Amino acid sequence: MMVDLSAIAATVPYLLQGLWFTLQVTLVGVIGGIVFGSLLAVARLSQHRLISTPAAAYVNLMRSIPLILVIFWVFFLVPWAIGWVTRSGRPVAVGASLTIFVTFVLFEAAYYAEIVRAGFRSISPGQYSACEALGLSKFHAYIYILFPQAIRNVLPILLTQTIVLFQDTSLVYVISATDLLGAATKIAQRDGRLVEMYLTVGVIYFVLCFAASQFVKQLQGRLAYGVR
Amino acid sequence: MIEISNVSKSYGSFRVLKNCSASIARGEVVVICGPSGSGKSTLIKTVNGLETIDSGEINVGGFRLAPDVTNVAALRRSVGMVFQSFELFPHLTVLSNVAIAQIKVLKRPRAVAEEKARSLLARVGLSSHIEKHPAQLSGGQQQRVAIARALALDPEVMLFDEPTSALDPEMVNEVLDVMTGLARQGMTMVCVTHEMGFARSVANRVLFMDEGEIVETAAATKFFDDPQSDRAKAFLAKILKH
Amino acid sequence: MSLLFEPTPDGAGRYLDWIASGLGWTLFLALGAWTIALVVGTLIGVVRTLPKGILPRLGRAYVETFRNIPLLVQMFFWYFVLPELLPVRTGMAIKQMDPPWGSFVPALICLGLFTAARIAEQVRAGLQALPRGQIQAASALGFARGSMYRLILLPQAFRIILPTLTNEFMTIFKNTSVALTIGLVELTATAREINENTFRTFEAFGVVTIVYLVIALIAWQVMYRIERAVQLPSFASGRSRP
Repeated sequence: MMVDLSAIAATVPYLLQGLWFTLQVTLVGVIGGIVFGSLLAVARLSQHRLISTPAAAYVNLMRSIPLILVIFWVFFLVPWAIGWVTRSGRPVAVGASLTIFVTFVLFEAAYYAEIVRAGFRSISPGQYSACEALGLSKFHAYIYILFPQAIRNVLPILLTQTIVLFQDTSLVYVISATDLLGAATKIAQRDGRLVEMYLTVGVIYFVLCFAASQFVKQLQGRLAYGVR
Repeated sequence: MIEISNVSKSYGSFRVLKNCSASIARGEVVVICGPSGSGKSTLIKTVNGLETIDSGEINVGGFRLAPDVTNVAALRRSVGMVFQSFELFPHLTVLSNVAIAQIKVLKRPRAVAEEKARSLLARVGLSSHIEKHPAQLSGGQQQRVAIARALALDPEVMLFDEPTSALDPEMVNEVLDVMTGLARQGMTMVCVTHEMGFARSVANRVLFMDEGEIVETAAATKFFDDPQSDRAKAFLAKILKH
Repeated sequence: MSLLFEPTPDGAGRYLDWIASGLGWTLFLALGAWTIALVVGTLIGVVRTLPKGILPRLGRAYVETFRNIPLLVQMFFWYFVLPELLPVRTGMAIKQMDPPWGSFVPALICLGLFTAARIAEQVRAGLQALPRGQIQAASALGFARGSMYRLILLPQAFRIILPTLTNEFMTIFKNTSVALTIGLVELTATAREINENTFRTFEAFGVVTIVYLVIALIAWQVMYRIERAVQLPSFASGRSRP
């Protein structure tokens, strides 16, 4: 079976559209996920059971079920939820993009939460004492001293999780969204060019993810605090 | 200045502090010594509220610490602490380490805080290192920065928890010199330390602790030359052999 | 959850049976793929720790390929692309496999090899975490490389990486859901089908969610028991000494 390169070239613009959506989802997922995940991590460190237990329950729940299931949950339930909140009594149609953004923030936050929590655990306990001894308020201590160290300690793992997120976005296929894989599939079905399209997508993902993971490896080398 | 009255503390069934009482006057330099596990670190950490007490009371310059007192924020501004493991903030420069608490806790403007930081760092002999990060400094240098960081809040009392125990021998003196200078300027200091030379020459009084109790209190020279209790004698015999 | 006991449209049973069937495929796929992944992954992990030659590089190529392409894309490759790339006869034979085997077999191979790449990295990390002395001691005793790995190095490496393997084991159950895109009616696909038939979205997905939670709990328990069972006293597995 010959692979037709010129056919692939013609599809590039549409593929790029799909890739653009993939990147958007990744970006929203990373930023929303790290912000929400950090809040969850801090909540889990709290002394108050009322705060730490729900946070732990959320993280454990999200990490125990498949992403595809979460996509379906949000996809089918968000219209109902909005309808209920706005008292319209019927499901309200919501754009697929918004659903997808919400899904990925909610899902990835649980994974980022565990990474950030590990980051906090890697800080020497004396740092908390030093902040206390200086009279820094908990808020200031977290923002200026503890959080920066936690993130820095786990930055490579955070970035690796981001690469995983980037790959996870392909699952929006199950609700027929047009990400990179979705775009390729639509072309493949229209033109009957399954092999070329899927191979192309495979190569694109490989190149991007491999480059990213090499970057993370380099970063790991440079992140050590310095040797005396 | 500091009144410790009948302070006790337990971790579960283990009694780490048993009915300790002591009085430290303004400008006094007091050394707490004793075998490992005697409760010295715990006792000194009760003075700035890093450790809570189960019974008794501590009064630090008018601020009352008791089992029921939970808000100790104000106390932290008048009591400075230096830790055995320095605990500088690794992601900040030396200058920022000394300035940050001034800015966030005392609400000093950045320019004022940095000016004070510079002068303190000059005082401890580290002016040329202000833009470096802690990892680039030796242990002795890091501990001197830690002292400057605590002094930056203009405390009335300085607490030292084994400040030189984690240092290589050749760096111990540079830190002790700074502490001696502080003492000469009239700072009220409480030091947990094994450095008997420092204790002998700089301290006014020694508190000897063993198994959670303050066993003996004496003027420094008198303690070393003529210890009263058997436990103190045994302790001194062991550490002064070398 | 009365939904479970209502009869299905095709009259062949109740929805509970659909769930049981979906669960069965999920478990079958997960455990089958896990077996493949352990065998292949260990092999490649070992190969990557070999000193020189073409094998370690092939190992690296394998790992990088399977880790940098999304699982779904890999699934499509095994299901859609491979039959087209093989000689016509073989391709036709594959495409004519009866469902569900036509979906199950590619899914099994795909998930197995995908997970193998991740296990390979963990095995490699475990082997590299062992003190160099172990290899030297084993060589000095005359162990050939094969038995050295089998009897000395791998048993220790596996104990070190048990926590990450546990994570991987739990992940494989979640990853089985990706097989629904090539037609395997596993658990998540079953939820979707029930929803399409009854429109009782909350119950359909709710039941399946609970089933996944139970699977996760059981999987975690199993690995935990294994961890306890193979634990060596005072071995560097992160447990504190008594």
